[in-house]
Amino acid sequence: MQLSVKKTSSAKNLTELKPGEAGVLDKLDLPEADAQRLMEMGFVPGHSITRGLSAPGGDPRVFRVDGSEVALRRETARRLLLK
Amino acid sequence: MGDCHGCPNNVAILTPPRGIGAPARRHIVAIVGPPNSGKSTLFNRLTGLRQKVANFPGVTVEHRMGKVKLDQGRDVFVVDLPGVYSLTPRTEDERVTHDVLSGRMTGIPRPDAVLLILDSTNLSRHLVLAAPVLSLGLPTLVILNMADDLKSRGGELNVPELAMQLGSPVALISAAKGTGVEKIFQFLSGATIGAAPQAPLIQLPVIQDIPKCRAWATNIGNKTGYHAPAPPLWTRRLDAFFLHPVAGPLVFLFVVVAVFQTIFNGARPLMDGIDELIKSSGVWLGHLLPNEALRSLLIDGIWTGVGSVIIFLPQILLLFLFIGILEDSGYLARAALIADRTMARFGLQGKSFIPLLSAYACAVPAIMATRTIEDKRDRIATILIAPFMTCSARLPVYILIIGAFIPDKNVIGPLLGMRAAVLLGLYILGFVAAILTARLLKSTILKSRRSSFMLEMPPYRWPTVRSLTLRLVDRSKVFLMRAGTVILGVAIVIWALSYLPLHDGKPPAIENSFASGIGHFVEPGIKPLGFNWKIGIGLVTSLAARETIVSTLGTIYAARPGTVDYAEGQVSMGGHDLDAKSIGAEFTQGQSIRTLNGRAEILLTPGVYLRLGPNTSATLVAAGLADTRIQLDSGHAMIEVDQIFQENRLGVTQGSFAVELHKKGTYDFDAANNQVRVFDGVAIAMGGGHPVEFGGGQELNTAAPDAKAKGFDKKAFGGDLYDWTRDKGLQQALHQDLTLGGAIGLLVFFAFAMQCMSTIAVVRRETGGWFWPGVQFAYMTGLAYLCAFVANHLVSIWS
Repeated sequence: MQLSVKKTSSAKNLTELKPGEAGVLDKLDLPEADAQRLMEMGFVPGHSITRGLSAPGGDPRVFRVDGSEVALRRETARRLLLK
Repeated sequence: MGDCHGCPNNVAILTPPRGIGAPARRHIVAIVGPPNSGKSTLFNRLTGLRQKVANFPGVTVEHRMGKVKLDQGRDVFVVDLPGVYSLTPRTEDERVTHDVLSGRMTGIPRPDAVLLILDSTNLSRHLVLAAPVLSLGLPTLVILNMADDLKSRGGELNVPELAMQLGSPVALISAAKGTGVEKIFQFLSGATIGAAPQAPLIQLPVIQDIPKCRAWATNIGNKTGYHAPAPPLWTRRLDAFFLHPVAGPLVFLFVVVAVFQTIFNGARPLMDGIDELIKSSGVWLGHLLPNEALRSLLIDGIWTGVGSVIIFLPQILLLFLFIGILEDSGYLARAALIADRTMARFGLQGKSFIPLLSAYACAVPAIMATRTIEDKRDRIATILIAPFMTCSARLPVYILIIGAFIPDKNVIGPLLGMRAAVLLGLYILGFVAAILTARLLKSTILKSRRSSFMLEMPPYRWPTVRSLTLRLVDRSKVFLMRAGTVILGVAIVIWALSYLPLHDGKPPAIENSFASGIGHFVEPGIKPLGFNWKIGIGLVTSLAARETIVSTLGTIYAARPGTVDYAEGQVSMGGHDLDAKSIGAEFTQGQSIRTLNGRAEILLTPGVYLRLGPNTSATLVAAGLADTRIQLDSGHAMIEVDQIFQENRLGVTQGSFAVELHKKGTYDFDAANNQVRVFDGVAIAMGGGHPVEFGGGQELNTAAPDAKAKGFDKKAFGGDLYDWTRDKGLQQALHQDLTLGGAIGLLVFFAFAMQCMSTIAVVRRETGGWFWPGVQFAYMTGLAYLCAFVANHLVSIWS
């Protein structure tokens, strides 16, 4: 139980992607309604996500997913964990 | 391209014919689709100008309804529903779409058919919405939009196969270019005959499970040979510039300054033009009406009310032209991205930025501009704080009070004067109130349930003239019909308060009007703020528009014709010395007024001001309204004529000449140098044989025997009386009547109070009811009262 919590928190998340780097989404560590909405926008576990450009200062950041580009704030991107 | 395969088959199945005498019930077709799928473009394409905007009862969501003309004179009504990614009713948009499609929305019957519009360049993701829509069992045409983009970026798709897989007709179109739209008309012709909802023909995934739906969509995509298009190359290139760490913010700043400049300064000439047109046409209309009360109702009530509505149009049109270009091109999303971090500090988001900036010009177009904010809570929060921004209508009030009460001293050397500092302080005050209110709202009643913020970056596109035009027509119509009627109504009520009750068939002096009654009634309530009943009247009339308080106070304090308006330095009238307390002293027939090293201004008749320079003496020869005559004995005087009617005669005697003033304008009389100069207007001089008519830019030498009008250089001849305006009279009168605490209180009150019926009307229109404008009015007025109270008492203790 404790191990799995530790594992989750140490997993790589979206903010750690470098510009142009891609990763495969593992899970959305967000409340149900938020996760549903992000999944509707294309952030579905198992799909590949590429980091795009960002606003000056690096927040929010644009991510390419499923052929479209969606900007997320840092606090949200942190909760999207990669495989 | 764009073949509607499967149409004939399915349409035949879905629509059993009902015979020749089909019921006349109007058929309704709903357009459903995700945001950025081209829903509105399609709607405009189908309906053109045969559309209107409406709100569903009790919700802020706006929908548009339009008539689509089919062949044989039939037509169907099309409803454009809000853009959604799913039909799970979580947000207001989703709830409205869900309720309309399931027939639960009051005021609109269940649609007879659905047009589901999806972006063909983004099909795998957008197809997810097809599952819940198809499961409704309504006849549905699946429209794949952006066919031109799909093709040019090398994407492909087997349309007949997709129609098979979905069990519904499919049309591949380009709504912007209009290609393939005939398939939609074909579908509408078939579907509108009426069909009972039936179970979908295909197996659909469980709608709530998004990963399953997504897998289903991918599977369908694979089966139908969907090949996603290459990434939009130009969008990537443009983003590399527009989101560049250095160039990005510079472009953003440029755009923001351009928007602000245009609505703040660019709209000014148009607004002045409208104002002038309304006033002059009002005067013209007035001549057609003999009855004074009727004339006043028509001109001061209705006509001025109409003017106060259309005066907003230039700003609304310009702002929406900008927003239309920014939104349709795709830059608005980038601007919102750049502004987001700053706005997030106040609990708002990037898309609130442009509306709030526009609110510095005027809150009315700004509040209409909040519709670009999809998140309803952020939108309401932005609407609620927008009126705190210092709009241009507050400036005349600020300038009047600051001019009267704040000494013209330097605070930081010559860099910052005290008056400028106070004005700056008022701007900051409004801004601080706005951000504190935003934080308060976002942590209480408008607290977001969702913590995640997301912003889709659509590909860049060329905005089309067609779409921009429709948007401008749409916004103007909405403003004029829905907000304009309320504004006009309130303007007439405020007119009635100021011009009634009639005395002997004539409007009363404002001191005896109903507005004055209200002013006296509220006086005990506003006394703690340092205001008297006269300010109370101003507060009533300023509901029409904030700057109205300036003219109202002008009327109350200095409007009696035949009195001294303002005097400074050594001035005597009828042998008695005048001082600041003599304002309002009567200038009676036969009396002389003499200035030594001072100046004075007298209101001769309504709208006619006589100004005397130093070492001047003048006598009132005739004091009637029909005949007003001044004799300039010595020195230098100027007359400003703002209003003159045909029955008024206005003349000045200088030396052996009698000069009659015939038009609005500015006239200069120089007895010391024997000159009469006309800056603007027309004068006729008599006394030198023939009457001499002379106009703007001409002067007459009253000493020369031939007395001919000659040109003179208006610019070279400034004249110290030219810029010496009557506003000083009002300032001095206020100074007598109001304490410093009351004045500061009034400034603070105007910074915070929602003293503007147009804003109230527009908030009601944009939020779909009286709840939010009610809350906003109560909050802002309460805050204004409290802060004015505190300001009045603090200043009173200090000074």
